[in-house]
Amino acid sequence: MEDEVLNSKTLKTDLLVIGGGTAGCYAAITAARKNPKLAVLVLEKANVKRSGCLAAGVNALNAYITPGHTVEEYLEYVRWDAAKIIRDDLVLSIAKRFNRITADLEKMGLVILKDKDGNYVSRGKRNIKINGENIKPILVNELNRYENVTVVNHINVSDLLLDADRRVCGAVGFSVDYKTAFIIEARAVIVATGGASGLYRPNNPGFSRHKMWYSPFNTGAGYAMGIRAGAEMTTFEMRFVAQRIKDTIAPTGTIALGVGVQEVNALGENYASRYGKSTSGRAYGATHEAALGRGPCYLATKGISHDEEESLCKAYLNMAPAQTLKWLETGEFPSSHNVQIEGTEPYIVGGHTASGYWVDVGRRSTLRGLYAAGDVVGGAPKKFVTGALAEGEIAAESVLDDLDSLLPVGEEEAERIARPFLNEYKERLEPADDSLYSVEELEEAMQKTMDVYAGGRSAGYSYNSSQLDLATEGIDVVDSLAKQVRVKDADDLLRLYELYDRITTCRALIAHLRARHETRWPGFGVNSDYPNLDEAAEYYVNSKFDGERFHIIKRELVKGETYEHTH
Amino acid sequence: MSIHIERERCVGCGACVEACPGNLIKRDVDGKAKIKRPRECWGCASCLKACHFGAVEYYLGADIGGRGATMTVEKEGELAHWVIRRPGKESVVLTVDRRNANKY
Repeated sequence: MEDEVLNSKTLKTDLLVIGGGTAGCYAAITAARKNPKLAVLVLEKANVKRSGCLAAGVNALNAYITPGHTVEEYLEYVRWDAAKIIRDDLVLSIAKRFNRITADLEKMGLVILKDKDGNYVSRGKRNIKINGENIKPILVNELNRYENVTVVNHINVSDLLLDADRRVCGAVGFSVDYKTAFIIEARAVIVATGGASGLYRPNNPGFSRHKMWYSPFNTGAGYAMGIRAGAEMTTFEMRFVAQRIKDTIAPTGTIALGVGVQEVNALGENYASRYGKSTSGRAYGATHEAALGRGPCYLATKGISHDEEESLCKAYLNMAPAQTLKWLETGEFPSSHNVQIEGTEPYIVGGHTASGYWVDVGRRSTLRGLYAAGDVVGGAPKKFVTGALAEGEIAAESVLDDLDSLLPVGEEEAERIARPFLNEYKERLEPADDSLYSVEELEEAMQKTMDVYAGGRSAGYSYNSSQLDLATEGIDVVDSLAKQVRVKDADDLLRLYELYDRITTCRALIAHLRARHETRWPGFGVNSDYPNLDEAAEYYVNSKFDGERFHIIKRELVKGETYEHTH
Repeated sequence: MSIHIERERCVGCGACVEACPGNLIKRDVDGKAKIKRPRECWGCASCLKACHFGAVEYYLGADIGGRGATMTVEKEGELAHWVIRRPGKESVVLTVDRRNANKY
């Protein structure tokens, strides 16, 4: 369709994968391998080559069953670390696949460190060491081998298409380069867009605001499109706060676990044992020590050897090069200066905590025709890279199982359903007087509200019901202003829709924070109205959005058995 | 945290434009690369590694400790030479071999 403001194109496929990151690539690879006749379309808002959270690389695979350990032990570890709010069936289903998928990665060309007997070298019970600088290009090279997979880069998917029976029958999005909308008619859709960063004011709020732990380009789009379509979500209140190196927000485990050094406070005390070893406990330690006037906290690297220092410099080049540059630039090397650490702003990310889509063991969402994989999926924390790959594989297998019952709605029907979304794009692109507020400014207003009233860094990660009321009011104002913004080109339209996705994710998050009347993960957030853990609160907080408000559903824990949707 | 594109070295091949996971690098009117949104750079270094001409310079913002140093990557087969140029000090080259895993 030719239009002065916005052209549109309609694409047709069997399986649409939204997001060509870790989980999305492996979902497409799996579907293509198992059914060479299936038409698979991957849409990616950047370019699959380096998109997603693996852009810079990784230096270890953190979810692997090392010799002498079992998948059941992995499950127990995840349950303990998340203070019980996990889905046994989901965690087990991915843990069983870790080692086979790791072998597949090695076959694709990933370098994994081996000892002289040819066994992988482990770093602790669950980690193996790799050279993962190019892990994403390796995955994409494999993806490109399959003729039935089509990758279209630079398309931002904004919404899912629902048919009259509320089945997901496609999606709608737009080019980030040209004023062209894309309507995709699909028999099945896998959402694999990652988690959400940039909801809260970041550690470096100025020029380096995107120097953050998680990809700043993961804006919660997958959560937002699911929420708007009425999919059930779980455990958003379990935010993730990472403990990182100050300024560069580079990983601390490389030093703490790799070299093996202690964490100390400003008094030189080894404080970590006071807070426990869980991920939440470790994050809480550094924050709490600072709140007590004993900050900042450090990794006690002073005195490490020259060889250790050089190995660290090289290791960081393969995943967080800013850290190596910082050491060389300032001359404050880890052998002579302890490395200062701090907690990050909170993120929503199902690869680390339990936030995301509520799914069955086949990664089917509560909307028929919609499957989810990777950081958008809840209930299975600590899935990391290998778990995200496993979920891509599981979701693809479920699509293949279900495909016979998922018939195409037809291109005309898809175009009809997509019409309101296209009208919205057009409205945002209509020539208008310059908007008073920019996307960037409104994003900062949103982050300030979340920071101050919904438990950000400046609030010491704590919140209460009065503050959450103010957070709701503040986000409503930002939302109404954001709807009035008009943009000039497709690149700006992307930034505007990223803001919409973050706003939707913030709203769900606030509803969840309000619903859990206890403090279960103090390092990730303290509910000041209920500052202690309540054993009676061993349930999932789930939510569904009806277009106006969030409905909270408290569900019993799934332990031992396999959960099935009852719709 | 951001990058600077050295226009004299840029040949306009577009490799960095393709590599950026944030769609932040665009082509200028003459086809050469320019960073459109420097504040939105994650610092992942995908563009440095994609550039075969050493035209993409990585630097730290002053708010996170930048003091004028820049970093580029020169590829030689499986080897990546990371070159760090520091004002008033000698340059440093760190070489990483893709075939070897990290010690840590």
